[in-house]
Amino acid sequence: MLCIAAAFVLNAFQSNLVFFFTPSQVAKGEAPKNRLFRIGGMVKEGSLRKGSDEIEFVVTDFTSEVSVRYSGLLPDLFKEGKGVVAQGRLNEQGQFAATEVLAKHDENYMPPEAKGAIDKAALERAAKTVKAAP
Amino acid sequence: MIAELGQFILVLALLVALVQCVLPMVGSLTQQHAWQFLARPTAWLQFVLVAGAYGCLLTGFLKDDFSIAYVAEHSNQLLPTAYKFAAVWGGHEGSLMLWVLMLSVWTSLVAYFSKSMPISVISRVLSVLGFISVGFILFILFTSNPFLRELPAPLEGRDLNPLLQDPGLVIHPPMLYMGYVGMSVAFSFAIAALITGRLDSAWSRWSRPWTVIAWAFLTLGIGLGSWWAYYELGWGGWWFWDPVENASLMPWLVCTALIHSLMVTEKRGGFKAWTVLLAIAAFSLSLLGTFLVRSGVLTSVHAFASDPTRGIFVLCFLAIVVGSSLTLFAWRAPKVTLGGTMGLLSRETFLLLNSVLLSVATAAVLLGTLYPLVIDALNLGKLSVGPPYFNVVFAPLMVPILFLLIPGTVAKWRSANLAEMFMHLKWTALISVMLGALLPFFVGEWSFGVFLGWTLGLWVGLGTLQHMLERVFKPGRIGGSFWGMHFAHLGLAIVVLGITGVKSFEVERDVKMAIGDEVTIKPYVFKLNSIDEVKGKNYTASQAQFEVFNSGQSVEILKPEKRHYLSSAMPMTEAAISSNLWRDLYVSMGDPLPGDAHQLSMRIYYKPFVPWLWVGVLIMVLGGVLAAFDRRYRRVSPNTALQTAGQALSGSELEGSDAVGGLMNQSALGEHSPQEQSDHAHGDPNSGAHVPS
Repeated sequence: MLCIAAAFVLNAFQSNLVFFFTPSQVAKGEAPKNRLFRIGGMVKEGSLRKGSDEIEFVVTDFTSEVSVRYSGLLPDLFKEGKGVVAQGRLNEQGQFAATEVLAKHDENYMPPEAKGAIDKAALERAAKTVKAAP
Repeated sequence: MIAELGQFILVLALLVALVQCVLPMVGSLTQQHAWQFLARPTAWLQFVLVAGAYGCLLTGFLKDDFSIAYVAEHSNQLLPTAYKFAAVWGGHEGSLMLWVLMLSVWTSLVAYFSKSMPISVISRVLSVLGFISVGFILFILFTSNPFLRELPAPLEGRDLNPLLQDPGLVIHPPMLYMGYVGMSVAFSFAIAALITGRLDSAWSRWSRPWTVIAWAFLTLGIGLGSWWAYYELGWGGWWFWDPVENASLMPWLVCTALIHSLMVTEKRGGFKAWTVLLAIAAFSLSLLGTFLVRSGVLTSVHAFASDPTRGIFVLCFLAIVVGSSLTLFAWRAPKVTLGGTMGLLSRETFLLLNSVLLSVATAAVLLGTLYPLVIDALNLGKLSVGPPYFNVVFAPLMVPILFLLIPGTVAKWRSANLAEMFMHLKWTALISVMLGALLPFFVGEWSFGVFLGWTLGLWVGLGTLQHMLERVFKPGRIGGSFWGMHFAHLGLAIVVLGITGVKSFEVERDVKMAIGDEVTIKPYVFKLNSIDEVKGKNYTASQAQFEVFNSGQSVEILKPEKRHYLSSAMPMTEAAISSNLWRDLYVSMGDPLPGDAHQLSMRIYYKPFVPWLWVGVLIMVLGGVLAAFDRRYRRVSPNTALQTAGQALSGSELEGSDAVGGLMNQSALGEHSPQEQSDHAHGDPNSGAHVPS
């Protein structure tokens, strides 16, 4: 009985893992095409557009950008220039169709994933400049 | 001055805790009575000191002393006084102070209500509690000191996080912490018993009421947290499988298993090693919960603070606690005797299945909670485990637990008769299945999920009621633990019915509305009448006014708000909820839409059966309280009474008189059902000799 339970649990576990990708990884095409995943970074200043049913904004790690579409209510703490994590999948146009935009409950709090994404992109940029310099 | 005084008192408390940890333990191992008798006074003194330190911090808040960095971080002159009390535990440092305060409260209560226990046992229990206290006070002093000054002092504090400015949040953390910290009592009893090497029914009888009352607090704490998330976060959800929720659910699941396993240990002398393991696991998971919430490793709605040194400290403490207690267990467990024989079909079997299923559920939740952290720590990428995983795994595990619950309460100890049980329960089963199949048609659409959920809920509820009724008509006094168990099960049934109902029949609408617009959900029409600006003590808000009509009749006015706190840039959504027994109407405001200032996005939810969750939880808590205050636990078993009496000859008179009282009480067996009496006689050879009064 325990074996069955374990097999069942692990199977459910496998199919419900949601991986996290930075905008740079998405730009390089590392993100899966038809699987749910998360992206995180900064909401680009001036990128928020509210349509009649859909909201569009750009998530950036200051190296690459991903355009995000979302229909639904944004959390209280969603702001341009602040960190954000969104869950969804890529559509045919290469846009990220979010099903969920995650809120953090403190205005000074940066989602660790978003911060990680930005730091990582900054590191890669720094590495490139070092290489480019003679 | 107050901060320095508080810190000084806290250091004194640390020293007393050290004494409480070391001397009674050494005394009990070397048979030095004077040292053992230090356990109680040091426990009380520690409580006084910790309460004093806590009082100093509280005074800092009440006096708006912003030179204390922690006060400046979490309070504000405009903050209403009631919330200043709550602000003490609004941040990391203060919540640890609350942890330690709770621990010293539990310790003093154990010290006070343990007169009937032999001093050699209680000194060890209090010593283990002292050890935990040492760990946590060190944690506060070294990594999270709330008394640090920040000079020059800011003129105004940063204010309490507006999300926490809410009556639900004033009581949620203390209740949850009472539960978390209460696990340390069950743990200390288990460790003390392991050290003594005597895992007997006396041990489980002492341990049970403490475990049950801690369970009741934990249940209430989780229920309050869920209730708060439901009305305060403004998304209308009451459980998110958020890692921090999981962190409180895991000790709850294990504690539930522990309560049931302790019953077997007490009545039949079985499952001893397993019970000890559960006690260790429950406390370790509470510590893990503290680590998860407080270390900042989580991406969670609760993860306010982050500081790696704190995480490492708690992790080390966790490693010490788990490592040493498991070592002790491995050393002692082979000596543990097995209990009485148990038949393949008996109450023990059902309780064993209960333990196994609850443990598997805990393991599944633990996997989903920790896996992302481990992967991240190993730098293998970032990922998260979605709520679907938990739903898919948890629900199927709950099905057998709920199904087996009723036969488990009906089955006899040692050996039960399947045919007899079937005859006994067949009508209840039939009625549950029929109602479960028919009722959904009256409420909404039929689905297999709602059929299964309601059938199981009805099965547990009706089966419990049947058992209660049968017992009421039998002669003999009915003990608190009987009522406690059945109320807890009844509460569980109501929660299951409620969860099934809300999951199956809720309607959620996100809509755009202008003043005068109407939205129809089921029989209700929501009309947006007006939007006004209102002022609170420390915030301004736009407040919408909804009128709700049911078949043309105005039934309710709902006023959701979008608040802007003066001290903070973040807006806050305050949902408006109208409840009756059958449903909640839930309205919360979104943002104004650009370009069209008159249009607002609104969330309008129809949530049937949500109040059943809260009612069910309260009944479960009531059950826990009733069981914990069963008179049976206030008596002493003959073994211990004799032991205490023996010690009383060499020591205190008070204990002697207690023991005699205990012996006399022991003959008052009237409150057991006849069946229970015979079981009892079997498990505990001495009690059979007593004559019912």
